[in-house]
Amino acid sequence: MAKKILLDNIDVPGLASFEVYKQLGGYSAVEKALKNLTPDQVTGEVTKSGLRGRGGAGFPTGMKWGFIDKKSGNPRYFVCNFDESEPGTFKDRHIGQLNPHLLIEGMILGSYALGARTSYIYIRGELFYVLKIIEKAIAEAYKNGLLGNNILGTGYSLDLYCQPGGGAYICGEETALLESLEGKRGNPRIKPPFPAVVGLYGCPTVVNNVETIATIPWIINNGYEAYSSIGIGNSKGTKLISACGHINKPGVYEIELGLPIEEFIYSDEYCGGIRNGNKLKAVVAGGSSVPILPAELILRTATGEPRLMSYESLSEGGFQSGSMLGSGGFIVMDHTTCIVKNLLTFARFYHHESCGQCSPCREGTGWMEKILHRIESGNGSMKDIDLLVNISKHIEGNTICPLGDAAAWPVASAIRHFRAEFEEHVKLQKCPF
Amino acid sequence: MTKFSAESLPIVNRILKQYPEGKQKSALLPLLHIAQAENNGWLSAETMDYIASLLEIQPIEVYEVASFYSMFNLQPVGNCVIEVCQTGPCWLNGAEELLAYFTERLGIKAGETTADGKFTLKTVECLAACGNAPVIQVGTDYFENVNKQKAEELLDKWQKENKISHTNPYL
Ligand SMILES: Cc1cc2nc3c(=O)[nH]c(=O)nc-3n(C[C@H](O)[C@H](O)[C@H](O)COP(=O)(O)O)c2cc1C
Ligand code: SF4
Ligand code: FES
Repeated sequence: MAKKILLDNIDVPGLASFEVYKQLGGYSAVEKALKNLTPDQVTGEVTKSGLRGRGGAGFPTGMKWGFIDKKSGNPRYFVCNFDESEPGTFKDRHIGQLNPHLLIEGMILGSYALGARTSYIYIRGELFYVLKIIEKAIAEAYKNGLLGNNILGTGYSLDLYCQPGGGAYICGEETALLESLEGKRGNPRIKPPFPAVVGLYGCPTVVNNVETIATIPWIINNGYEAYSSIGIGNSKGTKLISACGHINKPGVYEIELGLPIEEFIYSDEYCGGIRNGNKLKAVVAGGSSVPILPAELILRTATGEPRLMSYESLSEGGFQSGSMLGSGGFIVMDHTTCIVKNLLTFARFYHHESCGQCSPCREGTGWMEKILHRIESGNGSMKDIDLLVNISKHIEGNTICPLGDAAAWPVASAIRHFRAEFEEHVKLQKCPF
Repeated sequence: MTKFSAESLPIVNRILKQYPEGKQKSALLPLLHIAQAENNGWLSAETMDYIASLLEIQPIEVYEVASFYSMFNLQPVGNCVIEVCQTGPCWLNGAEELLAYFTERLGIKAGETTADGKFTLKTVECLAACGNAPVIQVGTDYFENVNKQKAEELLDKWQKENKISHTNPYL
């Protein structure tokens, strides 16, 4: 059995309650850190553990904490990114719904390390029922002296609140999230300055993903060495993978980084193979934004090495033949899938979610959706295929935030690996599926 | 809606205390959610003006936010708003057929409301529940693995009980 850090107790009945969480050793990391470690020591543990951000970008967490401006004299904020809106991603909901105290414990540790006295969990508005579960857990934590004034008599005080979004994928981008938390439209800010210097209310702020934060208690309890001994290369620890699509066992799995993808797809411990005995056609491995890979390239790299669940292995081959670990949203497609149609749903998504600040993104996502619609419905031309590639190139790298790239990559990669399927739509003047 | 209900006021007051001095504009999204629920599921200009005055901000600051986020309805909706996810993972598992079923059964297209005002049909993007696709949302409730039979049962039930999906999400 693979090592479990986040989902160890996930099936224990009543885990969302303070009593059960506490009985299972919960809040021991807060006790340890607040009583025995300085904030910098907590940051040090996280830095040395090798933990990388689980929201998608994989940025080293301890290093990010190290950037926080401690000299400004302004309050500092720690914010949890629970926007979870990247198609294919449903791992954070799993934690928030079933183990809210783990997230709260991580929030206390991160806030302590950063010197924050007020922290927020920003959760997508659709997940109000999860917000209520977390708010209930927060109330329990206050009642038991783990939040509020003078936590466990250590002199450290922290207030923690939940904030709902309003339905906007872009608010997962951290500066858009901060705008939204200030009660504004979710328009990403131009960086620099980075949130570590100018964040929430103009004050130094760190934003981290739910899964990242939920990993902190284990690192503090077990030490950085125990954590960094799990995983492979620069991909330390475990990762939640939310698997969906045409597999026998969709769901949220915790894997040790380095697990062969073939094993993940076919083993009964994980996805349990392709449904109805069908053949694997393609996988979008890290949420809708990352390049799609055909079966042969998801199972093996272009050089024939087994492809592994890790930051390095998934990006092996660059954009020619690789992809990215991203958020861990693992979307599996069998041989009955129309790649063009699937891509059209993504293109519609990005068009819908573009905040509209930059013209390449605002216009380009609309054009891509329109052209894909044309091709899929049998009204496209061969020129349309090249036009799509062209538009995606013009968006990439020319926008304020990475949503533009996220919209461009799926299109470029689908055409790179499945061009024949686009051409077939044009030749037949209809969808062949 | 002219004012928050007596039931909601304590929640509103609790929310207003979650932000630092002078930053009460942060309460805008939470308050809009409650206000929408208490105004039959949509935000009228009057409702938004009320929120603006409560937060001591300009009405335009409320309008521009309300129009940005997809969960806020700026036009009247039916009693029960059915939101059907249409993004890739749900599409792979029959979301299009599911939408077609709702369309046929209710006799309306996505974005429309039935003549009797009972139902509004809406398409939405990924709800972060793709492992149990296809997924629909009604109010704060998620319904997952919704096949045609389940959809039929749900619709029958909502028809019968005159389902109202807009309730204060904090309650
Ligand atoms: C368009 C867009 C959407 C994003 N959505 C999310 C999200 O839903 N959740 C998340 O944690 N990070 C999301 N991110 C990444 C955040 O900007 C940020 O990198 C992350 O929250 C940092 O946390 P981490 O270092 O713990 O991963 C998104 C980024 C972009 C550009
Ligand atoms: S890239 Fe798109 S989403 Fe990002 S800021 Fe520009 S317009 Fe907005
Ligand atoms: S695609 Fe429907 S819930 Fe994710």
